[in-house]
Amino acid sequence: MRAGAAAAVCRYLGIRLGQALIALFGVTTAVFFALRLSGDPAQLLAPQGASQADIAALRHQLGLDAPVWRQYLDYLGNLLHGDLGYSYVQHEPALTLITQRIPYTVNLALAALVLSAVLGVGAGMVMALNRGRWPERVLTPLVLVGQAMPAFWTGILLILVFSVTFNLLPSTGFNGFDSLILPAVTLASLSAATIARMTRGAVLEQLDRDYIRTARSKGAGTARLVTRHLARNISIPILTVLALEVANLLGGSVVTELIFAWPGIGQLTVQSVDGRDFPLIQAIVLLAAVVYIAVNFVTDIAYAVLDPRVTTTGKAAGP
Amino acid sequence: MNDMLLDVRDLRVSFGPGKDAVTGLTLRARRGETVALVGESGCGKTLSALALAGLQPREAAVSGSAELGGVQLLGRTERQLRRIRGNLVSMVFQDASTALNPLMTVGAQIEEVMAIHGTHDRRARRKRSVELLAAVGVPDAANRARSHPHQLSGGMRQRVMIAIALAGSPDLVIADEPTTALDVTVQAQVLALLRESTRDAAVLFITHDMGVVAEIADQVVVMYAGTVVESGPIAEVLERPHHPYTAALLASVPDPDVPQAGELPTIPGRVPPLGERDAGCPFRDRCPKSQDRCRERPPLGPVAGGESAVACWYPEHGEGSSRTVEEATR
Repeated sequence: MRAGAAAAVCRYLGIRLGQALIALFGVTTAVFFALRLSGDPAQLLAPQGASQADIAALRHQLGLDAPVWRQYLDYLGNLLHGDLGYSYVQHEPALTLITQRIPYTVNLALAALVLSAVLGVGAGMVMALNRGRWPERVLTPLVLVGQAMPAFWTGILLILVFSVTFNLLPSTGFNGFDSLILPAVTLASLSAATIARMTRGAVLEQLDRDYIRTARSKGAGTARLVTRHLARNISIPILTVLALEVANLLGGSVVTELIFAWPGIGQLTVQSVDGRDFPLIQAIVLLAAVVYIAVNFVTDIAYAVLDPRVTTTGKAAGP
Repeated sequence: MNDMLLDVRDLRVSFGPGKDAVTGLTLRARRGETVALVGESGCGKTLSALALAGLQPREAAVSGSAELGGVQLLGRTERQLRRIRGNLVSMVFQDASTALNPLMTVGAQIEEVMAIHGTHDRRARRKRSVELLAAVGVPDAANRARSHPHQLSGGMRQRVMIAIALAGSPDLVIADEPTTALDVTVQAQVLALLRESTRDAAVLFITHDMGVVAEIADQVVVMYAGTVVESGPIAEVLERPHHPYTAALLASVPDPDVPQAGELPTIPGRVPPLGERDAGCPFRDRCPKSQDRCRERPPLGPVAGGESAVACWYPEHGEGSSRTVEEATR
């Protein structure tokens, strides 16, 4: 029995790993060919007024004059050796450039995530448990506004108020905790609104369930209903939303990082796309794909831990 | 009259003017007695039961009186109700597959009643929950207590529900169609269990199944469109139904001894929905005996030569039905 379960888990992990590899292969291939259709990096890299011969020489130097299938095989071969290529523009390994940026993006992502999870889940709970009363009437428009405001506008507004008018917080760059606040709030406002709406919906849906009525028939009060019964039952839908948000945030938030000149992956993405820096773009996309797959995998494991009805074989346990 | 443990008088539940869902439910039960509340869906029986535990929908207004051992159950604040529920009044719901928390072990769900009502010693709670599980006939109770609901069969889950209802040693157990979701054989076991395990309580048993009524009830209260049309001791009501509705309900239960020619009789029409009820007898549109006088609501009054009460201008006197309780039970 024990051994059987272990074997089932191993098989499950094997299948998931296979799926992940297929997904990564698909992503790298798609990005590789899409980039080759997007234009010629040599044209951009060559100095103003360079001759056709100079540009051709540059193209040869970058290996872009080889047939596309040849370039593709080289790229895959290098990838298998862990070589993500050199940046055309910055003349450094793409991997080095990315790893320098990762801590900043992770910092920002975690701050935004904690903020949006706490605010979102809290607001959603309060709204659902006070349906039709004043707390819901106050929070509903706030959530709507949060969801309707795009990051570039929220960000500029926050800079205007807290940096320009009151001069309380720095508006750009990274100099310690203070400079984390505005970008984190900007990022979190959108996520928090999404999470709040999701949480509200999940709580309302669960409140209608029969088991809640059973708990009330035992004499349970609101505090017990929330902590003992609702919390775990809504954790699964909330986890699903959170996982998506985490993956988004870790992939680098382009708009927010640009507004606050945040030295993270998002900013690097914009730079690399601007310069048609193929190896760097490919590396960033690969990283984002790995993050998505990893987050999904962790989420699946969390489902199985939270909900005893979920089994690794995908079948519901029998009676 | 004061040996009555449960004394419900003129219970009314309304969703606003013209939307009176329950219009005067009166019933009494002694300790150890089971009162069956019978009627079609939509007749207000579940709503009445929920109202007794203060679990009616927020927008419903409840009035009347319901005393349990001298304690008034109606008009209580939520805080007071929390001390009553699970402790004095407990409930067994219809479908245990949805009425149990899917993510909590069944042991924990039984223990919760004790945790709410003041058993702070965790080990004592655990011990008692295993005892309760064993008492309701769950084999290997100590291990089963650690199972989640989806790991148990439907019958076992309903036994768990009953264990939850018994955990607070309540005076009143309200069972709302507790066997409807079960196989017939399992249904019989659960009914027997419910009967045995509630000797010290009054039981309000809600059902639409006359066969189940015959098996478990001491008293029967027949509801129709929010009002009581007939009530009385089981033997009398089943043997000599006075109200045409009761008679029709009994006629629609198949009798295995009498081969059925053609289709089983049904009651044509439907229960008038909320808002379409008037001041007359609510059953008159479906009643074979209805006359002009039925436009006036008949009061619930005692029948001649019996203990029952009936709300009908033209009650039957049993001449139409010759079946005994025993026959109806089978």
